[in-house]
Amino acid sequence: MGYEILGLPLIYYITMVAKTVAVFVFVLLTVAYATWAERKLIGHMQVRIGPKRVGPYGLLQPIADGLKLFFKEEIVPAQASRFAFLIAPLVALVPAFISFAVIPFGDTVTIAGYQVPLQIASVYDGTSMRVLDINVGVLYILAMASVGVYGIVLAGWASNSKYSLLGGLRSSAQMISYELAAGLAIILVFMSSETLSLHKIVAEQAGLFGWNIFRNPFMFAGGIIFFICSLAEINRTPFDLPEAETELVSGFCTEYSSMKYAMFFMAEYANMVTVCAVTTTLFLGGWHGPFPPVVNFVAKVYGLIFVCMWIRATYPRYRYDQLMRLGWKVFLPATLLLICGNAVWLLVFP
Amino acid sequence: MILPLLNGLRITLSHLFRKPVTLQYPKERPEVAPDFRGLHALKMSHDRARCVACHLCPTVCPAKCITVEAGEDANHDKFAARYEIDMLRCIFCGYCVEACPVDALRMTQTFELANYRREDFVFVKERLQEKN
Repeated sequence: MGYEILGLPLIYYITMVAKTVAVFVFVLLTVAYATWAERKLIGHMQVRIGPKRVGPYGLLQPIADGLKLFFKEEIVPAQASRFAFLIAPLVALVPAFISFAVIPFGDTVTIAGYQVPLQIASVYDGTSMRVLDINVGVLYILAMASVGVYGIVLAGWASNSKYSLLGGLRSSAQMISYELAAGLAIILVFMSSETLSLHKIVAEQAGLFGWNIFRNPFMFAGGIIFFICSLAEINRTPFDLPEAETELVSGFCTEYSSMKYAMFFMAEYANMVTVCAVTTTLFLGGWHGPFPPVVNFVAKVYGLIFVCMWIRATYPRYRYDQLMRLGWKVFLPATLLLICGNAVWLLVFP
Repeated sequence: MILPLLNGLRITLSHLFRKPVTLQYPKERPEVAPDFRGLHALKMSHDRARCVACHLCPTVCPAKCITVEAGEDANHDKFAARYEIDMLRCIFCGYCVEACPVDALRMTQTFELANYRREDFVFVKERLQEKN
């Protein structure tokens, strides 16, 4: 069909750019309005109102906050390791966004006679009539989630401040403790779907009780544990020890100001969106549901974001030893047991 | 172990649907109690303050914030030539109102007593007198 560049039709490039831009805008807007929604929601849960002065219902608040941070003074501490200090916010922010490359927002749509899968890193193969996406999508997400913590550790080390350093150390320790359990919870998904491709994992979960979380009791528990571990991995309450205000001032971002601080903030919220999207993809049936595929997916992601904020409004922060105990002594053995249980279940009810 | 956690979630969710208690203060005003002890007011009778300068209020005042000076009018009646309350010292206990034998003093619902200058916190007789 028409022009070809490097053996691929032009529409391939156009749709690729369009998908990238659309997903990026979606994530950025969600991140901006997640800050507003969180303040509003926690406000109402505390029987307050939350922001309401900037625009109707305070809807322009994220823009006002962004502008304010943009015009703040950039401060680099005198003893800081300058290069690492400047690059840390980027290292934190980029992996948060980059995971979205493999998240399937929907099945395929037909544009100008060309099947376009609603997933950035995938194409529709006309000869085999299948969607080809990155076949290690889950591993890719795990890898990106791990890279994200480098930004925090780097920020903590480069700031040359004891609070920052402790925040960074806590973050890496927390990451290691919870990634194990989260990874083991993902194994439950592999066991039933027998693939690492996110598109195939979602495509398999069709139907009301086809969602992975409803397959069997072990998957149900596994899904919940995965979500909680993900919260711990992205340092959200009740696991926000790296920036524990009462102990560490502001943790790893104590010395950061202006846009660099805003980038950490954005990374935190983008991570939250990513984690909710990954949980939706792996356990909650991705695009399947009563509405058009993309609407289903976005609704599920927003539902999970609501749960994140609800959790934040409810629970106090864990103590450090409690956090470690929960990770190593509760979630890790629990997921191992779930894997054994799931294996038996799959043998008995194939 | 899990039930208390779920109960916590239930409580926060139920609070989400409550009416917020926030008062948009300068726009919305709080309703103070009927016996709220705010700014003092000197009651009027026949267009003059009812106070007879008996000095019971400065005597009973625990904060020593009331200054009264007596004067004599054309009918040889005692009246308060000077009546001042220092609002920076006043503790709004209301003893002055209780002590007054001629019921010349009351406390209003006014609680916004901010001023720009220190001297303005000393309320003189004219500022304390009730306006109709």
